[in-house]
Amino acid sequence: MHHLSLYFHFVKLRIRSQMEYRLSFVFELFSQASISVIDFFMIALLFNRFKQLAGWSLWEVGFLYGMIGICFALAEMFGRGFDVFQRSILRGDFDTILIRPLGTFYQVFSHEFLLRRLGRIAQALVVLLIANSQLTISWSFTKVGYLLISLMSGTCFFIGLFVIGATSCFWTVQSIEIINIFTNGGVFMGSYPFSIYRWWFRHFFTFVVPLACVNYFPSLFLLGKIESLGASPIGVVLAPFAGFLFLGITMLFWRWGVLRYQSTGH
Amino acid sequence: MIEVDNLSKTFKVYHHRKGFFGSFVNLFSRKHRNVQAVDRVSFTVARGEIVGYLGPNGAGKSTTIKMLTGILVPSSGHVTVNGYIPHRQRKENAKHIGVVFGQRSHLWFDLPVQESFELLQRIYRIPQAQYRQNVEMFDELLNLGDFFQTPVRQLSLGQRMRADIAAALLHNPDVLFLDEPTIGLDVVAKARIRQFIQQINAERQVTVVLTTHDLDDVERLCKRVILIDNARLRFDGELTTLRRLLSTERLLSVDYAEVYPDVSIPNAHVVYQEDARVQYRFSPEEISAADLIGAILKKFRIVDVSIQEPDIEDLIKTVYEDNLTLERKLGESLSPDA
Repeated sequence: MHHLSLYFHFVKLRIRSQMEYRLSFVFELFSQASISVIDFFMIALLFNRFKQLAGWSLWEVGFLYGMIGICFALAEMFGRGFDVFQRSILRGDFDTILIRPLGTFYQVFSHEFLLRRLGRIAQALVVLLIANSQLTISWSFTKVGYLLISLMSGTCFFIGLFVIGATSCFWTVQSIEIINIFTNGGVFMGSYPFSIYRWWFRHFFTFVVPLACVNYFPSLFLLGKIESLGASPIGVVLAPFAGFLFLGITMLFWRWGVLRYQSTGH
Repeated sequence: MIEVDNLSKTFKVYHHRKGFFGSFVNLFSRKHRNVQAVDRVSFTVARGEIVGYLGPNGAGKSTTIKMLTGILVPSSGHVTVNGYIPHRQRKENAKHIGVVFGQRSHLWFDLPVQESFELLQRIYRIPQAQYRQNVEMFDELLNLGDFFQTPVRQLSLGQRMRADIAAALLHNPDVLFLDEPTIGLDVVAKARIRQFIQQINAERQVTVVLTTHDLDDVERLCKRVILIDNARLRFDGELTTLRRLLSTERLLSVDYAEVYPDVSIPNAHVVYQEDARVQYRFSPEEISAADLIGAILKKFRIVDVSIQEPDIEDLIKTVYEDNLTLERKLGESLSPDA
């Protein structure tokens, strides 16, 4: 309870300091939303020409796009502390974290909150809603719950990637760039059905970095395309939980990194 | 309160190859050498003491403080603070210590001081009554009111340090670690902070461990000093003892009536010669001041003489330059466990 109320207090402070420059805040909100509108427009252009991609229609792909977009923007909003961790470790702020009577993961997580990602979330949500209106998904209570769990899981997945990037700073301050391949690249890859990718690629992004589990497989289930896949339906239905598991594993990695910091210093 | 037993810390320092190819090779083979930052250091600090932990840059002061605060894990040896092992019980230990690093703030850069304090109140779960009482008292002693609503990033160095020290004491810690608390401050600000530390120590029995380069800090605050150099403990005892041990060496400054090419005197060491002014170092055990001046008067004509007691800065310099002498003297005049 203490941690939760403290977290909300941190978020409140972050929001207030970001609202201090109201005009720039509003401007960024809109510019982000409009950039991502163009982003989806490119996909739509592609479909104007080809009509279908591996058996997926434009609005089915729009559904994928909306899901992954929401997850990534949420992850950037909540996982900001890990995203910018490189900066704080260079400033030597990690010593300050270690002298406080709170967990290190909790402190890094709660220290940042990027409200302006709301613009990006709104845009992705709009695409998801339009896609939904064009598709005939028979929504049930279970399916709505399943969608929400998938979105949460996807958010956890991307936060996990940020955690890996942050943890690598305990070893070196340079290697962090490589994680962008998975984060920004992940959003791009996740916007298309995984069946268009090669075998090794699909398996890598299912079993090692479970991007497909939080986006593609849940969409298969929600869009009623599960039969088109050779895999076991139970595996597909349970797939979204891989995102939570992934975050859990990266948290262990984080702990290892902190131990390393405590034995080597910087 | 603080027990340090045979504490050591070794860092591996990696040799980085340069260039693109070099950084590729670094991934697979990395040469390193071991650097001993703290080497078998032992001491204990009792409740309510103020101890000066001194040494030149890179001597291992900060590394020791970091092990006492749970930031670093020792390579070997034992540490307890308030009965807690800092690196294993980091969070528990953190509740009972206050830490201030002079070089950097522990407050939130973009928040006003008051909000930083309120955040700390939440983090440490400080009861409202205690919080209000502390803020009132610290405000009275440090005049926080002048800048209580100012964001930390806009504070002057002196204000920031006052805010940081007050922040470190909000949760009534038993031990306060101060790493260079007066660095870069002007005389007035230094005096105010020293007075505050003294008062807190006297009124609340807060144990204080202080590292500093400022020997005024030491003279004003610390009865006891621990000297560390090259990772090893060199002296642990009363400041007055240290002074007594080393003050056997004195300085004699002489202004001669004219410039002499050879001003050497038996049993006295010429520290410097600048035109007609010459400074000698001598040990009263070998030659008394009167005899030395007598010997000088026999050979030269003088205008003025003065004898100086060395200040602590010189004392400590002597310790660093001449460890053997000190150890010998310590052996003669101190019990082994001092």
